[in-house]
Amino acid sequence: MRIMSSERSFRFSGIFINPARLQNVARFWIVLAALVVAACAAQQALAPVEPPAAASFDRALVAKGAELAALGNCATCHTAPGGKPYAGGRALKTPFGTLYGTNITPDETGIGGWSEAAFRRAMREGLDREGRHLYPAFPYEYYTKLADDDIRALYAYLMTREPVRAQNRPHALRFPFNLRGLLGTWKALYFRPDARKSAPANRGAYLAEGLAHCGACHTPRSALGAELKDRPFAGGEAEGWHAPALNESNPAPVPWSAAQLFTYLRTGIEAQHAIAAGPMEPVVRNLARVSEDDVRALADYFAALLPPGPRPRPEAKPDSGGPGAAIYAGACGVCHDRGRDVTSGSGLQLALASAVTVPTSRNLLRITLEGIAPPPGEPGRSMPGFAQALTDAQVKTLMHYSRSRFGGGLPPWNDVDEALREAREGK
Amino acid sequence: MITLNVNGKPQAVDADPATPLLYVLTDHLQLNGAKYGCGLGQCGSCTVLLDGEPVFSCVVPISILQGRKITTLEGLGTPDNPGPVQRAFIAEQAAQCGFCIPGMIVRAQALLERNPSPTPQEIRSHMSPNLCRCGTHMRILRAVERAAREMKGAK
Repeated sequence: MRIMSSERSFRFSGIFINPARLQNVARFWIVLAALVVAACAAQQALAPVEPPAAASFDRALVAKGAELAALGNCATCHTAPGGKPYAGGRALKTPFGTLYGTNITPDETGIGGWSEAAFRRAMREGLDREGRHLYPAFPYEYYTKLADDDIRALYAYLMTREPVRAQNRPHALRFPFNLRGLLGTWKALYFRPDARKSAPANRGAYLAEGLAHCGACHTPRSALGAELKDRPFAGGEAEGWHAPALNESNPAPVPWSAAQLFTYLRTGIEAQHAIAAGPMEPVVRNLARVSEDDVRALADYFAALLPPGPRPRPEAKPDSGGPGAAIYAGACGVCHDRGRDVTSGSGLQLALASAVTVPTSRNLLRITLEGIAPPPGEPGRSMPGFAQALTDAQVKTLMHYSRSRFGGGLPPWNDVDEALREAREGK
Repeated sequence: MITLNVNGKPQAVDADPATPLLYVLTDHLQLNGAKYGCGLGQCGSCTVLLDGEPVFSCVVPISILQGRKITTLEGLGTPDNPGPVQRAFIAEQAAQCGFCIPGMIVRAQALLERNPSPTPQEIRSHMSPNLCRCGTHMRILRAVERAAREMKGAK
């Protein structure tokens, strides 16, 4: 280990850590050592209950819970592709290994034996009914801010779902992250439980910073998976995708207005910026089903954080010719240069596309390879993927060409090779 | 000049490198099996195989095809001697207007080469990028199932 003063960063196991967090890292190892010695002190188990009868829940409360579950995007991680809703089994790839969403249906293999108190403790403190620590991929850092009434409504909603018998699949995490007891240390360092009883007046902040857990992807994290609280919404990562910055560093050539954010969050298609793809696709699918007021509240909240503009609108550079231009014209331009708006069946103009202006090539690369497709049987915009059509060399040429021609003078991407390797290996 | 390998034959083509393969197939090589449907890679009627994998030829520029093996509907059989997938589509009369059928046959071919015994769900999921406006999906699915059976029986 050595201090690299010129870079004001600290190299450790191949990862650069900001010196501001050096103290935390040292603290981590001290507490870790203490913890290994003391072994993993488990928390208290809460007694199992008989699953409450579905009819015992107020229907209005269940309906409220359904909207809250959509706002929290719960089904996405807790449902396997093609699987029964909330029965778990979906793989969630993280830098620490793969986690599998758990069964949260009211079956004994799910949370059927959980009392409301056990459910509330899981949401507020990140502990399961047996008292074991939950991995923070379950975003209790956010759910801890939920009001009592909202937790009660979510409980009512989940306990009235169809019970599905499905054992939880063990997580496949690398050592030492597979040692669940160490989460006690992680929590001591990074987790600050909240215990508010009622929802605050600012609905947008309450949703964005709580149930909707936007920062779980859009806020950068340290090497130990802790959110960098001093850089909220500065851009993060989600399952191999870049989650763009939602603060003043957002690079969109046209500043986001609240109305545009609303359109994007509600429909997934916004002509001046993006079509929702990757992990954001199910988020907007869920937001299409909640109250319009809640989506407006989220849009207003982020409109206040994003740059107000005006920002000069970059002109697309004239075609420079060469192999990139031919690939672009024949594979991309036929849709993206249609001369029509994206809402009338054309592709997004790439000079406006978030995927071209963000600091990493990963999103454009994943969209190019995998395309955009709604889940089977669901309506939605689709773009064909080019994973079979393009060779690696052709993909790289196309990425550099797109950034240079449509990036509005932003610096070239230097992560194309690595991002392509990860995408091809399915990381 | 770009040389394309189409249905096992080298074909020298004098066209702009950005030209989508579909236009070269129909306008230069008189291979009219692949059809122009949407021109946006959304409907699948232009599907051809590229090294055995289905692609939308309306969004594949010829500049990327050097050294790649292209198979079109014409490469799977002739009117006098149709291939097994083509025979199955005829047997099930899996066409109304027929415009989408070349793409359907080519896409089904790719599946059956890789997976000789697909489940009904695998067939649906594999065929889902290709659209049929007449609504002959049930017959198309039966045709793919028949082709799978007959291709296995022939081996």
